[in-house]
Amino acid sequence: MPLIGIEGLSKSYMMGKIELRVLNNINLTIQEGEFVSIVGPSGSGKSTLMNILGCLDTPTKGRYYLDGTDVASLSGGRLAEIRNKKIGFVFQSFNLLPRLTAMENVELPLIYRGMQSKEQRERAVGALEMVGLGDRTNHRPSELSGGQQQRVAIARAVVGNPPIILADEPTGNLDSVSGREIMGLLQNLHRSGATIIVITHDSDIAQRAGRIFSIKDGVITETGRGEAV
Amino acid sequence: MNLNLVQTLRMAIASILSNKMRSFLTMLGVIIGVSAVITLVSLGEGSTRSVTEHIQSMGSNLLTVNITGRGTSTSLTYNETRELRDLPGVLYVAPSLASQATVKYGSISSDNASLESTTPEYQYVQNYRVSSGRFLLENDITQRQRTAVIGKEIVDELFPFHNPVGERIKINGQTFTVIGVLEEKGTSAMGSGDNKVIIPITTGQRLAGNTGIRTVYIQAASPEQVDTAELYLNNYLIKKFKSEDGYRIFNQSEMLSTISEVTGILTATLAGIAGISLLVGGIGIMNIMLVSVTERTREIGIRKALGAKHANILVQFLIEAVVISGLGGIIGIIFGISGSMVISNLAGFNTVISVNVILLASMFSILVGVIFGIYPANKAALLNPIDALRYE
Repeated sequence: MPLIGIEGLSKSYMMGKIELRVLNNINLTIQEGEFVSIVGPSGSGKSTLMNILGCLDTPTKGRYYLDGTDVASLSGGRLAEIRNKKIGFVFQSFNLLPRLTAMENVELPLIYRGMQSKEQRERAVGALEMVGLGDRTNHRPSELSGGQQQRVAIARAVVGNPPIILADEPTGNLDSVSGREIMGLLQNLHRSGATIIVITHDSDIAQRAGRIFSIKDGVITETGRGEAV
Repeated sequence: MNLNLVQTLRMAIASILSNKMRSFLTMLGVIIGVSAVITLVSLGEGSTRSVTEHIQSMGSNLLTVNITGRGTSTSLTYNETRELRDLPGVLYVAPSLASQATVKYGSISSDNASLESTTPEYQYVQNYRVSSGRFLLENDITQRQRTAVIGKEIVDELFPFHNPVGERIKINGQTFTVIGVLEEKGTSAMGSGDNKVIIPITTGQRLAGNTGIRTVYIQAASPEQVDTAELYLNNYLIKKFKSEDGYRIFNQSEMLSTISEVTGILTATLAGIAGISLLVGGIGIMNIMLVSVTERTREIGIRKALGAKHANILVQFLIEAVVISGLGGIIGIIFGISGSMVISNLAGFNTVISVNVILLASMFSILVGVIFGIYPANKAALLNPIDALRYE
């Protein structure tokens, strides 16, 4: 059974009386342990696909099987639970909470899992050490560089051991050196067994993945293989 | 639903501390409301209590008969007042003749003593006790003794340095022997109880050359028998005066309940006015919480993306509102208690800080947090995570 199975998925929005179809009859299968990149220009529907893959949004039509569950028709509460346990998000703009320390930011997904504070702490420290920030646990985001902030975000994404890491333009706000570091980190995660989906408009970044998909006008096609095959 | 309350509470406190000035100003509404409720209610209850205590000190089962003198006869005789004792429900009867008098001891004199001629039962009816010597006895009445029991104020004026019992004083020029000193009663709105001079009624009648009695204090056997006694008194007096206009009966317990009703309304009005300020404080909380939700839209989006459910966000913002209002409530209680203490010390008003009001005020302030926090919190919890994440 694939980790992600999408069958005939469509998403449309109502703009007044006009139906705007953003995703059109998409089929996509991703196996456990794959490193996949989805490339597309802005307006191609890749953000919408990302939101649906991340269970932040539900499709208008079609099926989405995540780890064996059909999530297309789940309630908001169940979707929140799936986001918490099965998906680790890495955003372009990091999306750390500015008032919390690196440690507290990494603990957030575990809080919503209802974990004991002692275990939360141990796992957050472990995740921060894994991304090389073991000595920055009590810094706030404003005291960290962009690359470091994105590493905190990656630590937050992996702390709950989700099967899927979903990265939306993870290097988009970074200089090329930090960008390479972040991609290296994602590659390491992939090597240690995680399933990684990177959404980007940068074809160099996309080349680091195994399978490469491109999306245009709401239609997705597999376009090639990258270095991580 | 997984909720770690301690952690949520810590988050709420951190968020309140991150904007100290704003949180304090928001709290101020609740602080003012709660302290106003406590101060005003304790003031109201204090005045209720002092009025009630004063009335009760005059004897709680008291009926006062005033002869207005518009009937065929204009007063009662001493013997007629003795007959009143046999009426059902009546325990004590104390007829009274009252006037102003000048009291002299040697060369010292006191001008405005209030002279009251009465019987031994007066001490029970009006709750007087003697601190030294004795009160009037039946013998003083029958023998028309020239004996006097005097109040604390008279004693202080005429006998600053020694015990007056056994001394001879002159009341309106007539010589009397002091047989007792009344215990101090204190001054109140009804006048001083301590500048009294009490002499036997029979002696008083002879001195005044007037045997008509127009005031009789009557004590019923128990609070339940006040009405019975009043009924029989009415029957007796209407037979005597042939008209209801000839006399009036004042019922102490009726007066008491009327006064406590009035002061109760006063207290409730004060509490209501103060409660309105608490309501305004609540609106302030709601206002700030709505601003806070808008400001933190992105935070809410992030939390939702990381797995926060509707209830998690709701509880987070609700706890923030309740912490603000609860903290305001605690500070308000401290201010309210110290405020009423300051008022009673500086202005001399009687204040009663009741535990009930404090409990009510703290419950009300928490309730304000919940009621005015629930709408903003629910607004936050209902945000769509995609829109919230996109919010700049």
